[in-house]
Amino acid sequence: MKSVFVYCEVENKKIAEISQELLSAGKRLAQKLGSPLEAMVFGNGLKDIAKQVAPFGVDKIHLADDKRLEPFRTLPHASIAKEILKKENPQIVLFGATSVGRDLAPRLASALNCGLTADCTILDIGDHYVNKEKKEYKDLLYAIRPAFGGSIIANIINWDMHPQMATVREGVMKKEIVDENYKAEIESIDVDNILKDEDLVLKIIERHIEESDVNLKEAPIIIAGGYGVGSKENFDYLYQLSNLLGGEVGGSRAAVDAGFIDHNRQIGQTGVTVRPKLYIAAGISGAIQHTAGMQEASLIISINKDPEAPMNKIADYVIEGDVSDVIPKMIKYYKKNAK
Amino acid sequence: MRPLKIIVLAKQVPDTRNVGTDAMKPDGTVNRGKLPTIFNPDDLHALELALNIKDRIPGTEVIVLTMGPQRAADIIREGYYRGADNGIMISDRRFGGADTLATSYTLVKGIEKLAPFDLILGGRQAIDGDTAQVGPQCAEKLNIPQVTYVEEVISFTDNQIIAKRRLEKGVETVTSPFPCLMTVHESSPVCRSRIAKRLMKYKYARTKTELKSRSTDENLLLLHDKRPYLTIPEWGVEDIKADMGKIGLAGSPTKVKSVESIVLTSDESKILSDSDADIEMMIKELIENHTIG
Repeated sequence: MKSVFVYCEVENKKIAEISQELLSAGKRLAQKLGSPLEAMVFGNGLKDIAKQVAPFGVDKIHLADDKRLEPFRTLPHASIAKEILKKENPQIVLFGATSVGRDLAPRLASALNCGLTADCTILDIGDHYVNKEKKEYKDLLYAIRPAFGGSIIANIINWDMHPQMATVREGVMKKEIVDENYKAEIESIDVDNILKDEDLVLKIIERHIEESDVNLKEAPIIIAGGYGVGSKENFDYLYQLSNLLGGEVGGSRAAVDAGFIDHNRQIGQTGVTVRPKLYIAAGISGAIQHTAGMQEASLIISINKDPEAPMNKIADYVIEGDVSDVIPKMIKYYKKNAK
Repeated sequence: MRPLKIIVLAKQVPDTRNVGTDAMKPDGTVNRGKLPTIFNPDDLHALELALNIKDRIPGTEVIVLTMGPQRAADIIREGYYRGADNGIMISDRRFGGADTLATSYTLVKGIEKLAPFDLILGGRQAIDGDTAQVGPQCAEKLNIPQVTYVEEVISFTDNQIIAKRRLEKGVETVTSPFPCLMTVHESSPVCRSRIAKRLMKYKYARTKTELKSRSTDENLLLLHDKRPYLTIPEWGVEDIKADMGKIGLAGSPTKVKSVESIVLTSDESKILSDSDADIEMMIKELIENHTIG
């Protein structure tokens, strides 16, 4: 049976946010194909994990529960995934474009001798006619991603060396519960039978994972600054406005590179993708690498001295002026008019 | 500590920060001829890490391995200028059009020719694709462990290496036996500069194909006769015994179906000045429609 597989990441017995997004994206593909959605979930102490996975419409869970599988190490996870994928021969396999997915997926693609498209932002199903073979291939994965510094969007296909694999960026796909009581079949993997000593040669001796206190993804209002803000000091205006409105402050890559703001607040292709109800772009010219990560905001205000800034083209309000001049005025008039 | 043999995988990439409109061919592949090229930034970090290990373990050999068209010989020369001991070019028109799978196959055939080795280093990813795939794909084909996103090599013994990895939300310290492959994160130290003495020594390093070009003058050929180290080894399909079905376009499962340039769409935006009146008007509108407040 041709199916859609999702590799799920588990953190502290919880299915990672990205994996929930992927399960939803995978479900939409599976529905278009009329095929089942299957999840690979590897970790330790996962007795109750099915409750978290199944509601996304997962028909079957391949569960590997073993203390050697957590925290993530490439080789044991790769060996188990290889075994499953060789046996099940799915049509499509999805991974998060995270430090785990981008480590594991290429290793598997190499082992299975198949194609892998990195950092997709759109997934779809479609056909492709191969001129050379005079043959139409039906129901292929369209793995669509920004390429070449973000100046183009490329649709990548793979018609002959399956499975078709893709990694997907975090925050891009919409999470959707199909049914809280969706029933998934659980297939327990015999881990002992698969893992060999050479899968365990790499050892983790220390690990520090910090939960970031910055939550751009959930913020309803984001005030983001670019190089045009001018200085780290000027970013204070952004923080003042953000505190007033109950938002978060973000930055473009140029602002991060200039040292105006921390890396963990970077928005865009190499940072976080956000969908707030209000996005204020202060001194951000709007290179596609940045807009790719914020263009789905419900309302965009662009503050820029340059009337030709690309950001202005997607903005609902364009204010031509200097950030250090405009934002204090916004603060002033908000205080005056807010009830 | 015994000396190590380190292979650095380095790629010449188009400078994507300076993309012109003629950079793409109609078939969606990159028109590399139209772009300025640079040493892939993450690969320079990998070179630095290799040279840093060489500083710490005398006698360690650092070999730069690159795959690309003839002008990628710049990568080998740059490696020499900064301290690499050797450089190898994998270059053959038939390798062209390779995706990451075919690239990793080709590199691995080259690496196997250089075996045995202790460590393979490469940048985390290349700026022309940002895929970060080739490192792990090579490790799989070589059947060795991989350590991705390395920020620092902490220590080593004869049999294993301890490294710190930079993850999205933190750091992890791991130990891996030799041989292994590491991809190097941009948070690791930046590469040392060219060394004037080495620049003088290797300025005339060329591949055989470069020497064959018509503009090569007699003296350069004589110099290469006298100083064989100046001739950069160049490997083609036959030299690495590559299977034609696994290289170039034929060995690449992923194909570009279509490419779209990004055109930002413009609904009607309200253009305001920075006057008090305009800004107050906007704030009032936002409060009224409950966007803020």
